[in-house]
Formats: sequence, C-alpha cells, structure tokens
Amino acid sequence: MYEIVEKRQLSDSIVLMEVRAERVAKSCLPGQFVIVRTDETGERIPLTICDYCREKKTVTIVFQVVGASTLRMAELKKGDFFRDFVGPLGRNCEWIDEPVSELKQKKILFVAGGVGTAPVYPQVKWMQEHGVSVDCIIGARTKGLIILEEEMRAVAGNLYIATDDGSYGFKGNVNDRIRALVEEEKKSYDLVIAIGPMIMMKFVCLLTKEFGIPTIVSMNPIMVDGTGMCGACRVSVGGEVKFACVDGPEFDGHLVDFDQAMKRQQMYKTAEGRRYLEAQEGATHHGGCGHCE
Amino acid sequence: MDGLNRVPVREQAAAERAHNFDEVCLGYSLEEARAEASRCLQCKNPKCQTGCPVNIDIPRFIAKIGEGDVEGAYHVISEYSALPAICGRVCPQESQCEAKCIRGIKGDAVSIGKLERFTADYAREHDIRPSVNAEKKGKKVAVIGSGPAGLTCAGDLAKMGYEVTIFEALHEPGGVLVYGIPEFRLPKETVVKNEIENVKALGVKIETNVVIGKSVTIDELLDEEGFDAVFIGSGAGLPKFMGIPGENANGVFSANEYLTRNNLMKAFTEGYGTPIAAGKKVAVVGGGNVAMDAARTALRLGATVYIVYRRGEAELPARVEEVHHAKEEGVIFKLLTNPKEILTDENGWVKGMRCVEMELGEPDASGRRRPVEKAGSEFTLELDTVIMSLGTSPNPLISSATKGLEVNERGCIAADGEDGSTSRKAVFAGGDAVTGAATVILAMGAGKAAAKGIDAYLSGNK
Repeated sequence: MYEIVEKRQLSDSIVLMEVRAERVAKSCLPGQFVIVRTDETGERIPLTICDYCREKKTVTIVFQVVGASTLRMAELKKGDFFRDFVGPLGRNCEWIDEPVSELKQKKILFVAGGVGTAPVYPQVKWMQEHGVSVDCIIGARTKGLIILEEEMRAVAGNLYIATDDGSYGFKGNVNDRIRALVEEEKKSYDLVIAIGPMIMMKFVCLLTKEFGIPTIVSMNPIMVDGTGMCGACRVSVGGEVKFACVDGPEFDGHLVDFDQAMKRQQMYKTAEGRRYLEAQEGATHHGGCGHCE
Repeated sequence: MDGLNRVPVREQAAAERAHNFDEVCLGYSLEEARAEASRCLQCKNPKCQTGCPVNIDIPRFIAKIGEGDVEGAYHVISEYSALPAICGRVCPQESQCEAKCIRGIKGDAVSIGKLERFTADYAREHDIRPSVNAEKKGKKVAVIGSGPAGLTCAGDLAKMGYEVTIFEALHEPGGVLVYGIPEFRLPKETVVKNEIENVKALGVKIETNVVIGKSVTIDELLDEEGFDAVFIGSGAGLPKFMGIPGENANGVFSANEYLTRNNLMKAFTEGYGTPIAAGKKVAVVGGGNVAMDAARTALRLGATVYIVYRRGEAELPARVEEVHHAKEEGVIFKLLTNPKEILTDENGWVKGMRCVEMELGEPDASGRRRPVEKAGSEFTLELDTVIMSLGTSPNPLISSATKGLEVNERGCIAADGEDGSTSRKAVFAGGDAVTGAATVILAMGAGKAAAKGIDAYLSGNK
C-alpha cells in the first residue's frame, strides 16, 4: 500500500498527489512514468512522474479527471492509500545521459500543454539543478487550467504563459507563442521538448519541422501492464512499431505517426466515457451521452 | 470393467459453458478417483515417472489414492511439485507421463493428470498443506517473477531452509497462471490463489509491483539488499506481431493484451474498471494453446470466433484437448489460411481481414511442412476484432539492465539446463526466460533444477 502524504487541487479537474513509494523514489528519473491502481477493482493507470524526493521517499503525480477511473483517484484523500504504485517505467529522458557540459551549450525550449506541464516540470528542474538554463512555455485553454506556474518559474530560465482565450499571458496557443519567440523575438533553439495533448504535440512538431528544430515528445497511449507485455501502447515511429512503455515514452516527434496514435487513443473513449457519465449521473443517467445502447 | 478404458471425467456441457467462465472440467469424485487409481499397474520400473519434467513418483501417489489415503497421496506429490492443482489442469499429460503409461499400449493410459488434480483439489478442500521442517540456512535468495518457474524455485528453496523473496512486476502474483490462462481452464480465486498461499506457507515472501531492471537492479539486490543468489524466472512476455498492413488499427490486440484485460484485470466482470472491446466477429491468428485460450474467451464474451492458422489440423501446436474443447464450443477453424492485410474503416477500426489459402509444401527447419500460398485464393473475412497469437519472446528489461548477463540471438537468457547457472556468478535462470515460450511444467522443471543449482552454489559445492 502506498500512502498519499499530500494532495492539492491544481484546478477544478487537475489534482496533484505526493505518494510514498520507496523503490520508485529511489530509482526514478525525469521522463519515466508509474502505473497506479486505486483498489482491487481499479484500472491500471499510467501517469508520468511530476516530481520525486529521494529523502522523503515520495513521488508526485498529477492527473486530470477524464473518466471513471481518474474520478475514483481524485476522491482519495491525504492519508489514504493507493493499492498499487509501480515503477519507474519506461526510459528516462535521453539527454540525461549526455554530458552536462554539452547540454549547457544548447538552447532548449520546453513546451508544456495543460496537464502535460506536470511531466515537463521534473525535466526543467533537473536542468536547473545541473546548471542548465532553459526556456519554457506553459499553454492552456484558459487561465484556470494553467498549473504549476510558480514551481516552474522557480526553475525555468524564461517562462512564457499562453492561453487560447487570452485570459492570462500571451493570447494564442503554444504554437503561436513558439512562432513569436522564433520569428519576432529572434530566439533560436537547438532542441524542443513538447509534452501535452496529442493534438498539441502533433502541431508543435509540424512547426518545429518547419523551423528545423529537433523535437522530443512524450507519448501517453493506452497501456495495461507498462512493461512490454501487452503491446497496447504501440506507436509507429519512423515506420517502425515501438512500444511506448519500454521503448519510450519519449520519441523523436518528427517521426511519430500522430494520426494513428490519436485514433488508437479513441479506442475505449466510448466505454470509458459511458462509465464516467454513469458514475457522475448515477440513476439519473438516461443515455444523454449518446453512447448507451 | 476390463480396465482398458479410463474412468471418464465429468465436464460442463459445451452449449452451456460457451456462455460462462466456469471451469470446463469438473474433476473426479473420490469413488471415481479410486476406480481410476485401481487401473494403475504399479510398474516396478515406472515409465510414467520418466515422462514427468519434475519426476513425481506417480505410482506411489496413485497407490495412496487407491488405498483411500488422499492426504498421503498429496504429501507424495508435494515432495516433487509445489503446484499440483495447476499441473493437473494445464500439463500436456498426453505427451508426457501418460504417453509412457503401459496401459496406453492397449487401451487408455491411466488418467494421471486428472488424478493429480483430484488429489490437489481434495487437499485444498480439506485444508491439507505441504509440511515444512527445514533447518534455516541463514542465506537469502531473490526470485524474479512469480509464475510457474519462480514459484517452484522459491518453494523448493524454502523447503531447503533458504529465506526467499519473490519479486513480481504486476500487482498480483502468479505470472501467466493469472494473466494468461483463462478462468475456465484454471480458476484463479480457488486454485491459483491457494497454490500461491501454499508457497507462502513455506515461508516465501512475495513483493508485488517491483519491476526488476527498473525499480531495482539485480546488482542492487546482490550488493545492497543482502541477497546471496538470484533466480530469474521472468517468463516470455513480449508479444509478436506479423508486420502486415493495418496491424495498428483499433481492434487489433496481442493475445497477451486481450487475455490480460480479461484474466488479470477482470474486464468481463461487473464492477471492474478496465474496459474491453469484446468484439462480435473475432479472428484469432495462431494455433497454439494461447490462441485457443483467446478464442474461447472471445466466444464466452459473445462473439463469433475464427481461428486463422497457416498450417493444417495435424500441425496445430495446441493440446488436442484444447482444440477439441474449442471446436465443441463452436470456434470456427480456418486452417491453411494466412492473413495478408487488416482492413480498416475511416475511423481506424478493424472491418475485415484479407486472407489467402495455403497448402503444405516441403518440410522446413522445424521439420513441419512449410505452408505456401495457393495462387488466386485470396478472400476477405468480415471482422471487428483481430487477436494476434503468434508466440512471445523474453522481455529484454532484465537482461539489458544486468551487466554481463549473456543472452542468445532470440533474447533468451543463456543458462545451463542442469543447474540454471548463467554467465553471471550467483545469478540463475530458468523457464520461458531461458527457453522462449513453452509450458507451465517445463518452467517448473527448470525452477526445480535451478533450486538445486542454487543450493549447490550456496553450500559451496560449486
């Protein structure tokens, strides 16, 4: 059992939890993920690690309520326990294995979209701890969905905020902000790391390809075991089939087949959505979701 | 009775069981078991025992059943096997112990598997547990993986007096017994859980949610956590795909995924969170035991199910009993048929599979006749789900994170068949991780051999 030692609501639907998980906290690195299960009947839910503390033996996760299973997670309180918390899974960020002196020579831009800000945070923090100054864009639909701003400001060189509706910071999406940085503010970057919704990563990659900037993305597809056993998380990368759980989750964004990945992500949307609505609406659910038979 | 025919075992009727996940075989009663036991000739030189990968003294346990001493029979089996309720259900007895039975020359072989199953079930129902009386050795062994190889190795080492901890990557112990083999062939709550409890009763600790090579490495186990030896029984979990167009479409699963969702995550049970796209028209590609398991699972979830296999009936690698059961339940066999392409609709979902008929040519390297395409025989199966059951290979997670651990070209850990020793000192391996996907009992045999090897190593005899 894995105790929740801290819980914070980051927005209406986004929750942060710090969980005591000794083995994971001891060995995890930025880029890796965990799989959690609330209880005996729960789904195995993959979540990218947002932070970790080796001394406190804790790992921080951030998730958005999008279905019945994440709703069940959000109902857990400080002092409650996860039944299962396994990891670290997947590979760490490739650049961690590069000499720090070389990283310091590079101009790096992180692009975080919505709840994708969570997995970006430990990467930027790692950079800061190793003396590498990086830029970071946090983008969201609206101000209320911008998360971890203070934390990020403390570790990023320059932090840029963008909201689609202009309610906070730059008005426009992350791509508009990247374009402004490169074209108007004449910034040049050697590497972009973009993590967020699949559709955002797809369009960031199209833009950075245009600019000729190598781009890393983090895939979070459907998974079951997370150790290479089921193959549910297969992603086409440069025409080859990769398992996001063991070969990733980070890949060269210019080689990922996002259209296929987005279709695969829809696979259980109706089933999961139905369960969510049933859970939300209980006996009052009368098929308004359009998914019920 | 002239003793030529075995006592038939009761089964759930095919029409009924095709719609539930309850066990197919109902097993012997005490009377039936004693009658079957009386058919054993008690050979002085028992051939059956030589056919058993864990070398159970078969005539001795059968004699005990004949005497009505089922508890005694259980203790005989327990000297050799930690998992008799499982072996009695999933071992291919017809090609092992029973294949060697003298009774089989003229008539039916003694039904050794069903007698083993009866003995283990009787023990469970009467709360009879294996006995431990080993002196503590004061040495610690880590066992990686809680499938058949790991459980057997751990059980044997515990019986010798070692302090054993099993590390399991998933949230439930049991490995393929839990995620792979379906409920209707191997009940989880009663049979598998009880066998694992028996192993724990020997003093074995099980830590779940630990992925060796990620959560902790073998070197850390040896250098920091105080283990004196490690056994790797991590199985062969990596699924293969065909590499044909459309294979990443929605509705194409590996058999591992389909079965894991059902068996481990209980997607078919009301109240469990994991979803499954059950499918109405399902093709399972492959002809092994796992393919039969996937096909019969899909059938029970209400689908019309095809087995698509590129060779003929005689070449099906699955056990005869499994093929027989699948046919009885209504699985449709498309033999000598090979998929060429998976067809998808505009949303990326499977809508069919283009196949070609095959005929058998000259024998290939495996000795089986090589299937070749019949020109102009292409046709399309209309489907919504395709399950790829083409075999599995060992997961590279452990080998890639363990320096100096040699693997062969298929990614299997190189280990000595006699004692399980590997290229790394204090590290032993066995089961599917070494052989590639095989059977439960072969993995158990390897776990047993490695337990002896580890004991010899830690006793300083090697």
